[in-house]
Amino acid sequence: MLDAAKDPSSGHGYLDGLGAEPTTGRRGDAPKPLIVRNPSILVFLTALALFTLTVTVLSEAVGPGLISTSFVKTLGKTLCLCLVAIAMDLVWGYCGILSLGHFAFFGLGGYMIGMWLMYERTRDIVATAMAEAPIPPTDAEIVDAIGTQIFGVVGSSEFPLVWAFADSLAIQLALVVLVPGVLALVFGWLAFRSRVTGVYLSILTQAMTLALALYLFQNDSGLRGNNGLSGLQNLPGVAAPQSVVSLWFFWASAAALGLGYLLAAWLVSGKFGSVIRGIRDNEARVRFLGYSVEGYKLFIFAVTAMIAGIAGALYYPQAGIINPAEIAPIASIYLAVWVAIGGRGRLYGAVIGAAFVSLVSSWFTGGQAPDLPLGFYTVKWVDWWLIVLGLSFVLVTLFAPRGIGGLVDLWTERRAPDRHGADLGPDPGALREQEATE
Amino acid sequence: MSTLLEVSGVSVSFDGFKAINNLSFQIGKAELRAIIGPNGAGKTTFMDIVTGKTRPDEGRILWGGKNRSLLAMSEARIAREGIGRKFQKPTVFEDQTVRENLLMALKNDRGPLAVLFYRPSAADLQRVVDLAEEIGLQDHLARKSGELSHGQKQWLEIGMLLAQEPRLLLVDEPAAGMTPEEREHTTALLVEAARTRAVVVVEHDMEFVRRLDCRVTVLHEGSVLAEGSLDHVTANQKVIDVYLGR
Ligand SMILES: Nc1ncnc2c1ncn2[C@@H]1O[C@H](COP(=O)(O)OP(=O)(O)OP(=O)(O)O)[C@@H](O)[C@H]1O
Ligand SMILES: [Mg+2]
Repeated sequence: MLDAAKDPSSGHGYLDGLGAEPTTGRRGDAPKPLIVRNPSILVFLTALALFTLTVTVLSEAVGPGLISTSFVKTLGKTLCLCLVAIAMDLVWGYCGILSLGHFAFFGLGGYMIGMWLMYERTRDIVATAMAEAPIPPTDAEIVDAIGTQIFGVVGSSEFPLVWAFADSLAIQLALVVLVPGVLALVFGWLAFRSRVTGVYLSILTQAMTLALALYLFQNDSGLRGNNGLSGLQNLPGVAAPQSVVSLWFFWASAAALGLGYLLAAWLVSGKFGSVIRGIRDNEARVRFLGYSVEGYKLFIFAVTAMIAGIAGALYYPQAGIINPAEIAPIASIYLAVWVAIGGRGRLYGAVIGAAFVSLVSSWFTGGQAPDLPLGFYTVKWVDWWLIVLGLSFVLVTLFAPRGIGGLVDLWTERRAPDRHGADLGPDPGALREQEATE
Repeated sequence: MSTLLEVSGVSVSFDGFKAINNLSFQIGKAELRAIIGPNGAGKTTFMDIVTGKTRPDEGRILWGGKNRSLLAMSEARIAREGIGRKFQKPTVFEDQTVRENLLMALKNDRGPLAVLFYRPSAADLQRVVDLAEEIGLQDHLARKSGELSHGQKQWLEIGMLLAQEPRLLLVDEPAAGMTPEEREHTTALLVEAARTRAVVVVEHDMEFVRRLDCRVTVLHEGSVLAEGSLDHVTANQKVIDVYLGR
């Protein structure tokens, strides 16, 4: 759909630092460490650390409260969105799979941790209430009472099978990565094995999210239908106020984003990065080099699904509630829009896109943006924002395929040796040609 | 001479059109072979079949000393078995440096995990430098391959083929769009490669084929019309009729 004008992702390959000259004697040197080769990692981590520190110092829990608890949550959620955007950039910007289903994995991660949070909190409440009864309740009675509490809204009191491990934090944490990972493996295996690519794959991923959302909307899905899971902002057994808890989650989100960025940078830096960028640019050629393209796609699809799951598991406790509407197909499309606007094929681009667009979005749709009176018509941003967003997406796609992150090139390219105008030989050659048409 | 690849009785049709018609073909372990034929003769389709891109409707393709069938293997598996292919249009990874292109092609474990933890060894890097010297790109290792000239891209692709260390090289129109000097270099590369492995070259240019100085197979309408030395086949009346005398 989109043609990258120039690929920024290969700027810091694992071979940088090896000279062009075969005779300098440096050719046998071990490659330098990742952070040295790719300074944007250091810049990013420093910026993230400074940001975290600033927010902490200004928060209600620690400092003067210039940043309200609810805004701390908004910022923490934004960090989670940045993390899922990195996953999207890996799968789309680097490997060329335009998945429009990664928000499903994000939501599933949220549901998995939400089940534990809701179960444990309800148990606390029920146990406290029943403790006043003259006869101490049995364990079975407590579980029954929890069931009634949680599933009353969908006219049931039985625990569905999917809640079997809801009382175990360890298992639910494992499920945060396992459920998205396994779903991605199964889906990816079916799709990639049949060589579904391009727009057909995108449609298939949309169908997957839609099916999942519709399933979760049903009352008998076992996850409370359209009510979703709520009260997730309360940590069971923790008496600390929300101002403190919100800060904990903010820190966890920042740490996850930092680690996710490092992991992603490592994934794309070496020969593996070379291969997946090759798959993006010319899948058939990679195959004829002897690489099993399907295996690589499956790997990257599943790993990014797991990253998305972790991001979701950190997001929804800060949001406080998760319901199937979160998994709606449009959410995954937004994700692609963020990455496109931020700049595909560069990790910081994805982060910039997600942070910028989601924060601006919530400003406009939250009603904070002042209406724009045009005399004959008043622009209400709540209604018009989506149109502005859609328009920016189209404009970026057409005129600035490198996205916001491409602005960085204006600075770095000035310092890089100018190689434009290199001799193209007897004919201009084929820039990223599809596989030879024969 | 023992046979490396044996294609027998292969046919394939696209929407009723027989692109390959009962084709049989053999090549030995260290042999250079040129395939010529008019446009649409099925030369590229032949390569598609051998490399697993196109499944034949009928026929057998046996490979290697053990005579295993290639038909049940995936493209990637066939490539790992030792069949390398250069496409008609140069297809290198334009966004990556010459060195990255060559390292990706270098014969090494192709599994995702092995590749993830791969660090180029000194020997690997040396091999890349040697290959680059062979294809005349030693001064361009750190350049993006998209910036190379058309001819250099063709060489890079040949270099990537050699890096795979295949036992059979299928080369589709390597000299297309090259200057005369570039052609000469390409000829030398192919002749050199054929000393240790089998090389099949598809080419339109007769002068180029003559310089390869090897056995020639003429394809026409999906089957072999004639085979032998260039002088032998060009003297063949049928060949003159369908190809040379058009
Ligand atoms: N995938 C396909 N679907 C339909 N027809 C095809 C397909 N591939 C090849 N053909 C047809 O098969 C015939 C043989 O094509 P092929 O590309 O093998 O010819 P060629 O000998 O390589 O020609 P050229 O010298 O032009 O490269 C052509 O008529 C072509 O149109
Ligand atoms: Mg052809």
